[in-house]
Amino acid sequence: MNVTTALLEVRSVSKHFGSVAVLRHVSLDVAEAEFLTILGASGSGKTTLLRLIAGFEYPDAGEIWMGGERLDGLPPYRRRVNTVFQHYALFPHLSVFENVAYGLRVQRAAKSEIPARVDEALAMVKMSEFAARAPAQLSGGQQQRVALARALVNRPQMLLLDEPLSALDAALRREMQVELKSLQREVGISFLFVTHDQEEAMALSDRIALLRAGELEQVATPREIYHRPATAYTAQFVGQTNLLRGQVENGFVQCGALAWRDETAPHSNGPATFSLRPESIRLVHSAVPGLPGEGNSSGARFTATIRRQVFGGATDLLEVACADGRTLLARIPSRGNLEGEHEFEFSASDAIQVKDEV
Amino acid sequence: MYSRAYKAAVAIPPLLWVALFLLLPYALLFTYSFWRVSPLQTIVHQWNLDNYRELLRNPMYRDVLFRSMKIAGAVTGLALLLGYPVAYYLSFHASTRKHLLYQLVIIPLWVSYLVRAYAWKTILGSDGVLNTLLAYFHLIRHPVGSLLYSPFAVVLTLTHIYTPFAFLPIYAALEHIPRHLVEASHDLGATPARTFWKVILPLSLPGVLAGATFAFVLSLGDFLAPLLLGGPSGIMISNVVVSLFGAAYDWPLGAAISLCMLLLVVGLISLVQWLEKKWSFA
Repeated sequence: MNVTTALLEVRSVSKHFGSVAVLRHVSLDVAEAEFLTILGASGSGKTTLLRLIAGFEYPDAGEIWMGGERLDGLPPYRRRVNTVFQHYALFPHLSVFENVAYGLRVQRAAKSEIPARVDEALAMVKMSEFAARAPAQLSGGQQQRVALARALVNRPQMLLLDEPLSALDAALRREMQVELKSLQREVGISFLFVTHDQEEAMALSDRIALLRAGELEQVATPREIYHRPATAYTAQFVGQTNLLRGQVENGFVQCGALAWRDETAPHSNGPATFSLRPESIRLVHSAVPGLPGEGNSSGARFTATIRRQVFGGATDLLEVACADGRTLLARIPSRGNLEGEHEFEFSASDAIQVKDEV
Repeated sequence: MYSRAYKAAVAIPPLLWVALFLLLPYALLFTYSFWRVSPLQTIVHQWNLDNYRELLRNPMYRDVLFRSMKIAGAVTGLALLLGYPVAYYLSFHASTRKHLLYQLVIIPLWVSYLVRAYAWKTILGSDGVLNTLLAYFHLIRHPVGSLLYSPFAVVLTLTHIYTPFAFLPIYAALEHIPRHLVEASHDLGATPARTFWKVILPLSLPGVLAGATFAFVLSLGDFLAPLLLGGPSGIMISNVVVSLFGAAYDWPLGAAISLCMLLLVVGLISLVQWLEKKWSFA
């Protein structure tokens, strides 16, 4: 990314809590109007990174810049960012209206414009009719909408969202995801979104920054991170995958019972790990009479025994055992029950070589 | 679920306790307050309102009650002024020293009331620590005699004794304020000072109220501090009650005063509870 267009620049930031290194030399840029998700398992340091940007923590090393201003020494109330907290953090002694007006009042916005701006912000999150309520009278989803309005009313340069949907139930979470995304497009400000949910990250983000044990594993668009994971960790964390550890010899990959010619990229000879998404594996020939086999192509073709079949609506997830005992996951269009041995195949171009630290 | 017999067995001890040690004494107090003392110094079981009439008629009782309320009010104000900053510092800023400082605030409660009262006697007396020090530094020529045996001495001692009682509920209220509310306030652009006035103080008000109630009610009914350090000008209402039940042998009048005090305190506590409900946020 071109550094000059970046709104936020995190430059080689490190943070320790006691002797524990929570973040190690993390560098990240966020562009204007970008929806960037920091994805990571619990303990990966993703919330700490957000708190460093908000100003609730200060980095031990490194710098944070926003729009030409160095942020990392400033207290949170001097930064042009606003935060939406995981547990909403609405002021219980203030009405919904006063919660949203809080930022305007403490920053001494003109008294005459406060009601209009609060109404506008509440309308944006469809909470206008609840202005007079106390936060305790609202459901979790409603509280999170108010929290969004309270942050957006200040017109921050960037909105920080710390797992804002994780306390909501699944159906409401999906609904809020859609709204959040359209809200971000509408207001056109950068969203820096923290989550541990990879599906949420893929659904919402322009780019995903995958954090692993305090270090950035990969920063890329959701499609790129899914289809071209750089590391075995990324491939496993984002979506399901089969990790194939084998040997490369002159463009020919041997991985137990599986073998294929990989000409897509020049690989050096030696051990290599490949990521193969379950949906890349196709069923070729069915022993069940009346069911046609699926199309074939160049790549690998192998016979495997069905161990388990999980019905998932449009697709079935199969757990199959290859001749060498290796277990693979395959996702195929739903069909009848499958049993016994079948032939499978995948294209060489779907097996992505990944860095593997094991 | 629990059987009926079990429920009854569990309920009986506390009910007995309440009946024997609360309801019965109050009933006796109530009854006595409508009896009178005969010229022969015996208590006559003759229903009358003379005791209450005497309370209204004799300005001495009203003056002592007002003085007691003034002293209790001063103690409450001082206890809050001392207790709140300490509680705030402990809850929000004393990260590692928190437990040590907390113990330091609590330890005086383990020391006998009498010891603490006598300590102030030693400090404030004509030959006391304070006068000796002031004389040593040539700040005074003659010992200041008005320190001890005055309402001032009573307020000072009661403040010392009851500040921890004001501190504890305030500290508890501050500890219960979710820290992400403070962060949210900073995040929205409020300085630490604004955050204190607009978030922390309003959310700690129920604790302030509880602390103020403790300090006020406990010092209003105190009789040892005025007895030991108050002198004639520092007499409080409880001293009057004690003397009526003792040397003066006028139990009916003492009971009437006690009952009035009880009603005053119950009224106050009801008011506080109503306010607490108004100021607390789920």
